Amino acid sequence: MSLLSEIIVSVLLVAAGVFGLVGSFGLLKLPDTMTRLHAPTKATTLGVGSTLLASMLYFLLFQGRLSWHELMITMFLLLTAPITANFIAKAHLHRFRDQETLPDTGTPDDWATFEDEAKEMEPVMTRDTPRR
Amino acid sequence: MIQYALIFAFACFGIALLFNLYRIFRAPGVVDRVLALDTMVINIIAIFILYGISTHSGVYFEAALLFAMTGFVSTVAYCKFILRGDIIE
Repeated sequence: MSLLSEIIVSVLLVAAGVFGLVGSFGLLKLPDTMTRLHAPTKATTLGVGSTLLASMLYFLLFQGRLSWHELMITMFLLLTAPITANFIAKAHLHRFRDQETLPDTGTPDDWATFEDEAKEMEPVMTRDTPRR
Repeated sequence: MIQYALIFAFACFGIALLFNLYRIFRAPGVVDRVLALDTMVINIIAIFILYGISTHSGVYFEAALLFAMTGFVSTVAYCKFILRGDIIE
C-alpha cells in the first residue's frame, strides 16, 4: 500500500516536471507567436495540475489530512488559463492587424474580434433612419 | 522514491524558469514577453507547491493561491494595456 502510493505520487511528480519543461521549451522553440501561445497555456497548466494532484495525494496518503487548497488552486488555474490565452491572442491580433502576418481564418470572414470593433464604430440610434 | 521525483520536478521547473527568463529578455514582441511572464508565474506556483511537499507544510498553498490571483490579474492588465492603451477606462 505504501509502495503503491509512493509510486503514484512519484509518477505524478515526474509527469508534472516533464510537462512544465515541455511547455517552457515550446515557448522557446515554436516559430511564431500564435503557435507559441499553445505551449504554456496547455502543457504548463497540465504540469501544475499534476503537481497539485500529487501534493493532494501526498498529504492525504502520508500525512493523513485532506487539504482543499490544492483543489481551489487547480480550479482557479484551469479557469483563468483560457482567459489569459484569449486575452494574449486578442492583444496580438490587434497589435499586428495592419501587417499581413496574421494567420488565415480559413473562412471568408475576418477574425471575430475585428468585427466587434467595426460594430462599435456604427452609431447607436440609427435603426429607423434610412442608410445614406 | 518521492525524494528523487521531487528533485527531478524541481530541476525541470527550474530549467523551465530559466527558459522563461531568456524569453522575457530576448523576445520578438511585447506580447511574447507577457506570455513568458504568465508562464513564469505558473511555474513559480508549481515550485511553491513542490517546496510545500518537501517541507511537509501546508503554509505555501496560501502563497500559491495569492500568486495565482495576482498573476492572472497582472496578465489581464498587461493585455488590456496593450489593447487599449489604458487599464481601467
